[in-house]
Amino acid sequence: MRPIGVIEGTAVPLDRSDVDTDQIIPAQYLKRIERSGFGPFLFDEWRKDPGFVLNDPRYEGASILIAGANFGGGSSREHAPWALEDYGFEAVVAPSFADIFRNNCFKIGLLPIELPSESVRTLMDAVLDDPATRIVVDLPDRVVRAPGLDESFEMDEFTHRRLLEGLDDIGLSLRNEAKISAFEATRPGWLPSA
Amino acid sequence: MPQTLAEKVWERHVVHRADGEPDLLYVDLHLVHEVTSPQAFESLRMHGRGVRRPDLTVATMDHNVPTTVGPVTDEVSARQMQALQANADEFGVTLYPWGSAGQGIVHVIGPEMGYTQPGMTIVCGDSHTSTHGAFGALAFGIGTSEVEHVLATQTLPQRAAKTMAVTVEGDLPDGVGAKDVILGIINRIGTGGGVGHVIEYRGSAIRSLSMEGRMTICNMSIEAGARAGMVAPDDTTFAYVEGRPHAPVGAAWEAALDEWRTLPSDRGAAFDAEVAIDATGLQPYVSWGTNPAQSVTIDQQVPEPASFDEPSTRDAAVRALAYMGLAPGTPIREIRPDTVFLGSCTNSRIEDLRVAAEIVRGRTVADGLRALVVPGSVAVKLQAEQEGLDRVFSEAGFDWRGAGCSMCLGMNPDILRPGERSASTSNRNFEGRQGKGGRTHLVSPAVAAATAIAGRFTTPKDLP
Repeated sequence: MRPIGVIEGTAVPLDRSDVDTDQIIPAQYLKRIERSGFGPFLFDEWRKDPGFVLNDPRYEGASILIAGANFGGGSSREHAPWALEDYGFEAVVAPSFADIFRNNCFKIGLLPIELPSESVRTLMDAVLDDPATRIVVDLPDRVVRAPGLDESFEMDEFTHRRLLEGLDDIGLSLRNEAKISAFEATRPGWLPSA
Repeated sequence: MPQTLAEKVWERHVVHRADGEPDLLYVDLHLVHEVTSPQAFESLRMHGRGVRRPDLTVATMDHNVPTTVGPVTDEVSARQMQALQANADEFGVTLYPWGSAGQGIVHVIGPEMGYTQPGMTIVCGDSHTSTHGAFGALAFGIGTSEVEHVLATQTLPQRAAKTMAVTVEGDLPDGVGAKDVILGIINRIGTGGGVGHVIEYRGSAIRSLSMEGRMTICNMSIEAGARAGMVAPDDTTFAYVEGRPHAPVGAAWEAALDEWRTLPSDRGAAFDAEVAIDATGLQPYVSWGTNPAQSVTIDQQVPEPASFDEPSTRDAAVRALAYMGLAPGTPIREIRPDTVFLGSCTNSRIEDLRVAAEIVRGRTVADGLRALVVPGSVAVKLQAEQEGLDRVFSEAGFDWRGAGCSMCLGMNPDILRPGERSASTSNRNFEGRQGKGGRTHLVSPAVAAATAIAGRFTTPKDLP
């Protein structure tokens, strides 16, 4: 994974709560066995509506998505963060995220940034009002900055360091290889195996 | 200090713990299907890594498979299925492919073969892995990067979870089943109500359920946003596991039982959140919207969006009703589905089929309505056929199919057409979930069966 620093850019306001991963990338596009190329199918059904925010030329080139609460619920498909990333998003800001979606984002380096509802509302309104509004997601300092907003976000030290340094998660776990082997030696013999 | 069931299973699987780091947990069983695994295997190849424990990895094909006889005509689906076969061969993973006797929905075959046992950690690149929690296992869905992580290391770094007790006390009224219990719970706590938590379902109503019923409940934990759902193992659990192909036998069985009996939450164990549900007040639920919390009981009406206080909930209701083509105030019993789907990892087990078969026996599916029954596994299909259930369904006008995920999600030939409305025993009523433009109403197998006969939403006791 590539190291992440400061993300700065414009944002797309997706003013809806409970956006599930079936909407982010519908199931018919999950048949691909490749890791890339999902961006064109991001929000596939909603994009058929000319009034959908992603079709608004004023929001072209945005790198941040602002959304409502409980973003990314439902299916565990990592294709959802892949599609967001492939489309050009580097961060999603919302009041809350579904657990599996958040994990998947961290694995690929798409930042799921949780801010209080009022702050997300402030950002949403600012971007709705002026699509050229610049937003900074500062990972090193763990803060989001925009006109009228300067708000810290929570991220545990481990994840923070991993993202800043672009560390390989599997490599990190394999540093504990001796402990894994020792654990395996203690597993009860009656546990099932194929 | 008293511990909960979830805490016990978690603590018994910690391989590495350090300040400021997530715990590294050992994974006892890794279930794999064709959709979320190809990129993980490909990345293993790119990094020159192998599968650490192919003996703890079990694969099957379920999402793409057609449920009718004949070849896979969708080339892209076929390619994904071939990729899993090739990966299983290359990495030495046991695979139950399409056409084999062990094939079925991954969350149906795990328990029925005895791979799923109490106290285990079980993961799969599939959010409905929570199903296996019915056995007192800690089971949760993961993404493809995590699938790769488990294949390579048999471990997963996991941030501590909070615990939630959902206690359902009392006797369930006649005609109210496990599906109604979980739809009622989700309606109460919301689609985000369980986020960050492992739910333990407790209380007399849960204890009285069969393993199939408990699996239905744990299956939909993810629909409340929970990381996992669990039920403490008891004699019902042990009776289900005993004698299955991968269950321990002899002295090993006794040793396993001793261990499993230590799993239930200790008296006085504290939960981070607690919810109490009165079982006697539950009724059959029918969803009206596009998320599983948007439901009412069958005697109610489609709600008026203005009745919701929270602006985002109100907006969501307006959008949902537009998508669903429903007017506020419409009695649920007046809604007429075009299709009835009985299947999915939520409700495709033998007990679900038995309940539905008893309702449709000697009756006929309503004119113009399409009804299909999709057993969760080849084993369930054979069992049902031995019991003659296939004939009961066929004579009533249901289509009797092969095993797979089928119409739960639009990845195989079984889909809703745009604007088509279903009564479905599956788990998600998201926009387009069963096919572009399809309109899904989530219900129990009993309501699905009765609705197929009546041609509108109804319960078995209201059938003539």
